[in-house]
Amino acid sequence: MSLSLRAVVPERGLDLELTVAGGETLAVIGPNGAGKSTVLSLISGALHPASGRIVLDDRVLTGERRWVPPHERKVTTLSQDPVLFPHLTALGNIMFALRAQGAGRARARQEAERWLAELGIPELAARRPSQLSGGQAQRVAIARALAARPRLLLLDEPMAALDIDVAPALREQLRCFLAERTAIIVTHDVLDALTLADRIAVLEAGRLIEQGPTQELLRRPRTAFTARFAGLNLVSGRWDGRAVVLADGACLPAHAAHGAGEVVHAAFRPAKVALVGSGGIPRTVRSLAPSGDLVRLRTEDLSADLPPQEVAARRLEPGSPVRLQVPPEAVTTYRA
Amino acid sequence: MIRHARLIAAAAGITLLATGCGAAEEAGRPVTLHLFAAASLQEPFEELGEQFESEHEGVDVEFNFAGSSTLVEQIRQGAPADVFASANTSTMDTLVEAGLQGADPVDFAANTLMIAVPRGNPADVADLQSLTAEDLNLVVCAAEVPCGAATETVEEATGLEFAPVSEEQSVTDVLNKVTSGEADAGLVYVTDVRTAGDAVEGIEFAEAASAVNTYPITTVGDAANAELGQEFVELVTGKTGQEILAGHGFDAP
Amino acid sequence: MSSLPRWVLIPALLGGLFVLLPLMAMALRVHWTHFGELITSESSLAALRLSLQTSAASAALCVLCGVPMSLLLARSEFRGLSLLRSLVLIPLVLPPVVGGIALLYTFGRQGLLGGHLEVLGLQIAFSTTAVVLAQTFVALPFLVISLEGALRTAGTRYEAAAASLGARPSRVLLRVTLPLVMPALLSGTVLSFARALGEFGATITFAGSLQGTTRTLPLEIYLQRESDPEAAVALSFVLMIVAVAVIAVARRRVPS
Repeated sequence: MSLSLRAVVPERGLDLELTVAGGETLAVIGPNGAGKSTVLSLISGALHPASGRIVLDDRVLTGERRWVPPHERKVTTLSQDPVLFPHLTALGNIMFALRAQGAGRARARQEAERWLAELGIPELAARRPSQLSGGQAQRVAIARALAARPRLLLLDEPMAALDIDVAPALREQLRCFLAERTAIIVTHDVLDALTLADRIAVLEAGRLIEQGPTQELLRRPRTAFTARFAGLNLVSGRWDGRAVVLADGACLPAHAAHGAGEVVHAAFRPAKVALVGSGGIPRTVRSLAPSGDLVRLRTEDLSADLPPQEVAARRLEPGSPVRLQVPPEAVTTYRA
Repeated sequence: MIRHARLIAAAAGITLLATGCGAAEEAGRPVTLHLFAAASLQEPFEELGEQFESEHEGVDVEFNFAGSSTLVEQIRQGAPADVFASANTSTMDTLVEAGLQGADPVDFAANTLMIAVPRGNPADVADLQSLTAEDLNLVVCAAEVPCGAATETVEEATGLEFAPVSEEQSVTDVLNKVTSGEADAGLVYVTDVRTAGDAVEGIEFAEAASAVNTYPITTVGDAANAELGQEFVELVTGKTGQEILAGHGFDAP
Repeated sequence: MSSLPRWVLIPALLGGLFVLLPLMAMALRVHWTHFGELITSESSLAALRLSLQTSAASAALCVLCGVPMSLLLARSEFRGLSLLRSLVLIPLVLPPVVGGIALLYTFGRQGLLGGHLEVLGLQIAFSTTAVVLAQTFVALPFLVISLEGALRTAGTRYEAAAASLGARPSRVLLRVTLPLVMPALLSGTVLSFARALGEFGATITFAGSLQGTTRTLPLEIYLQRESDPEAAVALSFVLMIVAVAVIAVARRRVPS
């Protein structure tokens, strides 16, 4: 099972190609307005591209003179809003999906009950959506989506509307369900990508700017957006045999074996950054914000997580000049 | 009950009051004479009204044409009427029973029924007998209104039994059904056929004489312009009035 | 509530009185001693029965045609849609008599379709069918207006979700769309029934007036005024009670 998509939607500035291998989960990330939701609309059949072709398992869904209506695509969307039918019970909602696939009433009921059990919520069968919590409703929505037996599952920020204490358990359940299924998940949360996705595609302004296996991409980002998503600082410069020499002449020492003069990327975590009195990378503080029990200090392009005491002692505020230093062993370098 | 009646009457009278009902006939001030007359009298009475206005300087004649029963009800509720002309005696009787007449009613015209058929007489109606044909769309007035009562009288006098497809509220409604061709025939007054012009053809029948409809007229009891009203009654019953009425197809009483 | 200026009460009360007082005045005029016999006379019962039957038939016709119309108006997009919506609502603002004349020129013997229908042996004028047509003509917009509004408010996300689960359009319509707007559909149906029940102008112009066939309650009331005002008042009161009952049903929220 696999999906291939090529589409141009001029009014949304979208022009890209994507593929998802059978059984693979692809995370689509990117800044707001990058075209992530447009991609989902194209695949679900809510949107006609100006030109392009979408093929799922050798079946052309969208193409020149070919248009499969949404209900025949075998593509099910799960969004952050569960969109449970308010006039049906939890069980009725799942049965709806099964009946739509042609199951008889008795079998649909049996299978819907099995789905509720599988998600660990058999006791919610008779509840109406208005009587469910956000997490419960989303579980029912997952069961309903899976019960429709889609060939491709589209997840549009499925955890975004949930409380932080509900999300992890649900994410874990989704991980199990998505393991063998073909799916695309649009997310803003690096945890979603790390737990659920085999691969990540990064969109910006309607174009695919970067893609790769999740671990690889998150460890070695090549674009500012991906680095930010991964929670890393990213700089690039020329390797001088001992350190990365940035454009402004500042040096970032690292342990690596690149050829001298090679252009490389360097990634490091904000928590590894320390402030020094001299040397290091000179920058100016742009903002300060709490981040866990540390303070996240942002400069023009780099971030540092510092203990609040240090921020206070140095009387840091936006506009203050700082010098950033990173231990060489905390810096990952790779060819640009 | 009476108190309620007054209340409602006051409400009903507001619009009419607004148009002015000068209580006294003052010099130089226009006086409005309110004439309430049965709908079938519209054409001759408008002519008579113009004549009356030309003979009486400073007098405006204002008509209220409607079904006779409706008019009586309006007068009972306090509408400012100076003269009332009814399309039948029984309706006039209800006014008299209520003690609202200014003088004894005088009969001033008569009207008889006539068969009206659409132009070209598509159903080939020849006489009263042919109105009983099974597939004929006959429309008559409901027994509750004067022309319907007359129709019933004709039925009784001739022993015929009509099976109308509709019993209409007024003679105008019957006529409309005929002119539009929906009905093959209708029973209306002679004067109505004349008013309808080319759109319908009239067929007289001898039995009409059994149901002559008499039109009485009177001034209204507490009329604002009783004297002027009486003068109008005299105009109607006089030579000029009778000529004009005859010109519109009315018979003498 | 407390944020409203107090003087608002005065015109509001006057408005309320303006509606209620005439109804009370009419109730006061009812001759209760004869009430029973007045409303159970043969002609009254025939009119009441005919009114209920034709109004029910009209309401059914309104549902049959009005639901698809509302769906099209609420869910499709094409040029001239707003114009079409205005046209559909015309009977709402048209004097019913004008509606009756229009129907006459359509279904009457000399009308656009009536001539052809007569060839087929169908005569609509002066039949109960004509009453139902006249009532449906004036009542249809009530159903369409209330249902279309509800459909727009409900939005399309549930329908999109249903389609994404593989449900065919018919299943989406019957199992999702219609159940979601059921309260509006019910109140729209009741409203159109009520409008049909009160229909007078179009009926008297188009259908005629014959006891048991075309003389509905409003026509009977109007006719009784000529000869028996007491009976007219009694019947008016009956119609008013039916109207109040209908509004009570329509206003009651359907528990979700």
